[in-house]
Amino acid sequence: MSIDARPGTTTVAVTATVNGRPESRRVPSRTLLVHLLRDELGLTAATVGCDTTSCGACTVLLDGRSVKSCTLLAAQADGADIRTAEGLADGDRLHPVQEAFAEHHALQCGFCTPGMVLAVVSLLQENPGPLTEHDVRHALKGNLCRCTGYHNIVRAVLALDGARRAG
Amino acid sequence: MIPASLHYHRARDLTEALELRRAYGDQLRPLAGGQSLLPALKLRRDRVDTLLDLGRVTELSYVAHRDNHLAVGALTRYHRLLGDPLVDRYAPLLAVAAAAVGDPQVRHLGTVGGALAQADPAADLPLALVALDAVVVLRSATGARTVPAAELAVAPGVTVCRPDELVTEIRVPLPGPARWRYLTFARPALEWSVVAVAVADSRVALAGMGPTIRRAYGVEAALAEGAGVTVAAARADEGCDPPDDVRASAAYRRHLSRVLVARALTDSGSTAEEPR
Repeated sequence: MSIDARPGTTTVAVTATVNGRPESRRVPSRTLLVHLLRDELGLTAATVGCDTTSCGACTVLLDGRSVKSCTLLAAQADGADIRTAEGLADGDRLHPVQEAFAEHHALQCGFCTPGMVLAVVSLLQENPGPLTEHDVRHALKGNLCRCTGYHNIVRAVLALDGARRAG
Repeated sequence: MIPASLHYHRARDLTEALELRRAYGDQLRPLAGGQSLLPALKLRRDRVDTLLDLGRVTELSYVAHRDNHLAVGALTRYHRLLGDPLVDRYAPLLAVAAAAVGDPQVRHLGTVGGALAQADPAADLPLALVALDAVVVLRSATGARTVPAAELAVAPGVTVCRPDELVTEIRVPLPGPARWRYLTFARPALEWSVVAVAVADSRVALAGMGPTIRRAYGVEAALAEGAGVTVAAARADEGCDPPDDVRASAAYRRHLSRVLVARALTDSGSTAEEPR
């Protein structure tokens, strides 16, 4: 195998399924996924909070698993299935996690909520439970709520976990 | 914050990645999960000319039981180690260390090989690998060599991996330790360990106590001579050069290392309690 040209490009074509729809954009190679979503696709549910991989406000699902979209190049998500909070509800019907957050008043200012909800979706998919309060708090350690409204978030997750086994 | 301008190339497979490393060496920086590299690039603490994305090199994502070792592909993501039946059976210490990494989002992307190549002196997985006396496989287009996990890092962020090589596999010798323990002392809010200790039978390893993760040979020697836990643990920081930094003073780290080693030796059973 011979290498003729210097590898690498300063822009990159990214094609991904976003909330069930195929999307394709050419962006600078250094573009972070969160900026592709917000600035190119107009999906602003994923927010940039700390921008340092701590707060989790930018959490999205990449092939079903929670990731921090401020710490992933858009290029790395090429070919992936991406879901943002905009893609959770089925028409007017909220996703069960959204429903539980509403029912348990699990949000205050709402800034962390999209990321928090997606982190919970990922948790419930990965962990068949039963979940303890300790499990839930540890699983959400990558999502900060600066209103400090954790109690109701944890309640919402525990209620979901209980309901799926009762159901 | 976004990284400075960079070139990006996604390797099709390991063969292409190694050919490119041979041709371009350090001009290409391998990108695995990116959970350490991307934050560094965003903060402009690090710069790259070209990122060589290994995300499609799926052939390096595996856990396999071989004759005398458990093999873990370098691009195996942390979350894959949690609940993996082979890891649970043969190297549960790896799962406990993986669970201590960051948060679920970071564990969904970060890789074992990435952690090793990053050579952070406070890293969880590399600490466990040093305690387990694991071997790291470094491969180039022309061949492969093995390096003990304890000898991979030479300074923070610096390893013996040559510009034409990639970390491709980790081998944990079997049978694994009968007794082991992993203890980390960290601020709860997503902090790296201030000090962490991993014990695997007679081997004791420390993170956060110098420029690289290291074995606590003073403790090991004391134990071999039949010393009790208190006497052995008092030698935890022997030969260490812990940093004075924003996380803790050097003196505090020395104190912590002795306390954690004593606890780890006292408790070291074969069950996982911390930090799950």
